[in-house]
Amino acid sequence: MDFLSYLINGISLGSVYAIIALGYTMVYGIAKMLNFAHGDVIMVGCYIVFMMMGKAGVPPIVAILGAVVICTVLGMGIEKLAYKPLRRATSLAVLITAIGVSYFLQNSALLIFGADSKSFTSVVNLPNLQLAGGKLTISSTTLVTVIVCIVIMLALSFFIKKTKAGQAMLAVSEDKDAAMLMGINANATISLTFAIGSCLAAIAGALFCSAYPVLTPYTGSMPGIKAFTAAVFGGIGSIPGAFIGGILLGVIEIFAKAYVSSQLSDAIVFAVLIIVLLVRPTGILGKKIHEKV
Amino acid sequence: MKSLKKLLSVALVGVMCVSVLAGCDSNTASGQASAGAATETFKIGGIGPITGGAAIYGTAVMNGAQIAVDEINAAGGINGYQIEYKFEDDTHDAEKSVNAYNSLKDWGMQALVGTVTTTPCIAVADYTAQDGMLEITPSASSTDVIVNDNVFQVCFTDPNQGTASAQYIGEGNLATKVAVIYDSSDVYSSGIEATFVKEAENQNFEVVAVEAFTADSKTDFSTQLQKAQSAGADLVFLPFYYQEAAIVLKQAKDMDYAPVFFGVDGMDGILTLEGFDTTLAEGVILLTPFAADAKDEATQKFVATYQEKYNEIPNQFAADAYDAVYAVKAALEAANATPSQTAQEIGNLAIPAMTTITVNGITGEMTWQATGEVSKTPKAVVIKDGVYVAMD
Repeated sequence: MDFLSYLINGISLGSVYAIIALGYTMVYGIAKMLNFAHGDVIMVGCYIVFMMMGKAGVPPIVAILGAVVICTVLGMGIEKLAYKPLRRATSLAVLITAIGVSYFLQNSALLIFGADSKSFTSVVNLPNLQLAGGKLTISSTTLVTVIVCIVIMLALSFFIKKTKAGQAMLAVSEDKDAAMLMGINANATISLTFAIGSCLAAIAGALFCSAYPVLTPYTGSMPGIKAFTAAVFGGIGSIPGAFIGGILLGVIEIFAKAYVSSQLSDAIVFAVLIIVLLVRPTGILGKKIHEKV
Repeated sequence: MKSLKKLLSVALVGVMCVSVLAGCDSNTASGQASAGAATETFKIGGIGPITGGAAIYGTAVMNGAQIAVDEINAAGGINGYQIEYKFEDDTHDAEKSVNAYNSLKDWGMQALVGTVTTTPCIAVADYTAQDGMLEITPSASSTDVIVNDNVFQVCFTDPNQGTASAQYIGEGNLATKVAVIYDSSDVYSSGIEATFVKEAENQNFEVVAVEAFTADSKTDFSTQLQKAQSAGADLVFLPFYYQEAAIVLKQAKDMDYAPVFFGVDGMDGILTLEGFDTTLAEGVILLTPFAADAKDEATQKFVATYQEKYNEIPNQFAADAYDAVYAVKAALEAANATPSQTAQEIGNLAIPAMTTITVNGITGEMTWQATGEVSKTPKAVVIKDGVYVAMD
């Protein structure tokens, strides 16, 4: 029974990583840049949900919608102001800019909301699920997180494969210049990618803080790094890869804590990552990139 | 609302300072013949975080000490001289704390009540040692704080908290099987854990699980709790701060695990965490030297004054600070100090005097060892209906 509980905890943690990793992987796949500010957009999303639910007293679903709208606008704004002017710059310059945006968001939150921790009220207000005569309890937050994660992954896959805008994204990710020659508005496509990524960040934020309810301006940074790891683990740029990477990372982390050592869990997670990358340098589902000669 | 309160308290302190200064001015006008302006009052400084993540501690200390200063001044001061009190913010940052210390020294500080948190306190203690100044920290609990002879603590040291917690659980027969969850990346937490587990061997309960987490993985405690539950622990010892404890309590509830949770002084503050559902903390026990609902007259008077002035029930940090000011008073009286002496002159007399005094404060009857450690009896409080209630 313990094993099952650990597994469920692992999947729960992993699905939060997975939703965040989806945002990383989308942006990387299409814009070919690491958006390190992604974790901080999550934090902004958490604060907006917290403020709307706690201060304005709106129902959770309205608060999440509000956060989605604000984060989407924020994500597009960041893209337009900070990343778009650097479209032709080296990838290192963009990376440093992303780190800068990350610090900017953290310190702005520090200024606006203060450094005091806030206790987040769960957006999921359902009874816990009892199985096996009460021996196994699955919290409603876990269930909702896993379901939302799967729905988002399927919706994103559908969007990319079946819609015109999704096809445009695929084309831009394959070859931006060729896509532009074919009449695709690459800038609008990249903007849309950031919009979707930030919208996912808002949802991820609400779910993350529901499961782990203490909110500070630095809330986003650690899960952001873990989710980035998950995205690399699953194969960065691949949507199912981000999902699998996230779930695996969560499960490995919890199992390492449960069966090896609670102190060494992070070391074990990253050791597994190194081994996977040695065997499969592009991650589990990553595409092999052929070097052009 | 909270920031408004903070602003208000800062403004209040400002008003106090101004009024004290005003008093000082009139004194000099009348007593010019005897001594200069600077020698008329004892200058006691305070340092701690009143903004930032640890603001809850620093604000409590600032306010608690202010109440003691006001009381002492109203009762005639120390050796007949009034106290001037000034508090500087360090945002729980070692460098800012040293800067604050230097600016207080420029102001003419003769004894320091502070600093509030451990890391800045270790940094400042090196400077006070060089200057030979008497330093009494209300709340920095690490043994590293008191390595210098001039520093004394009002709170228990970390190792003492672990030992005292184990004794309290054992003597009160609170549990037969105990699990410990601690932060292995934090000196405070791992220090308490080590002495707790050691002392547990001498007690009538069994430690069935010791689980760690680190600063990088302090979001998910479900595994540690699961292991505690599987091991059959009926009490879980949580020697860390309230921010993480809030997550632990929430996750334990999610998995329908309801042992007794036992915390130490870092747990203090959980009830004032913004947005926290206090029903989660129902029945949590914490070891603290101070219970706001204690029936003795001194505590009741302190709590009433604090509530009236700051609109909040004081926590143990406020109480420790209040006692720290009285400890300074006792030491200065034992040393027959006068405001005309320098900080070092006062220190030379008052520091040895610390081991001879007994302060009967609101956190208990205290005596000090030359090492700087305090001796007093720990009390425990339990959270009932969202407030601390004394265990006995």
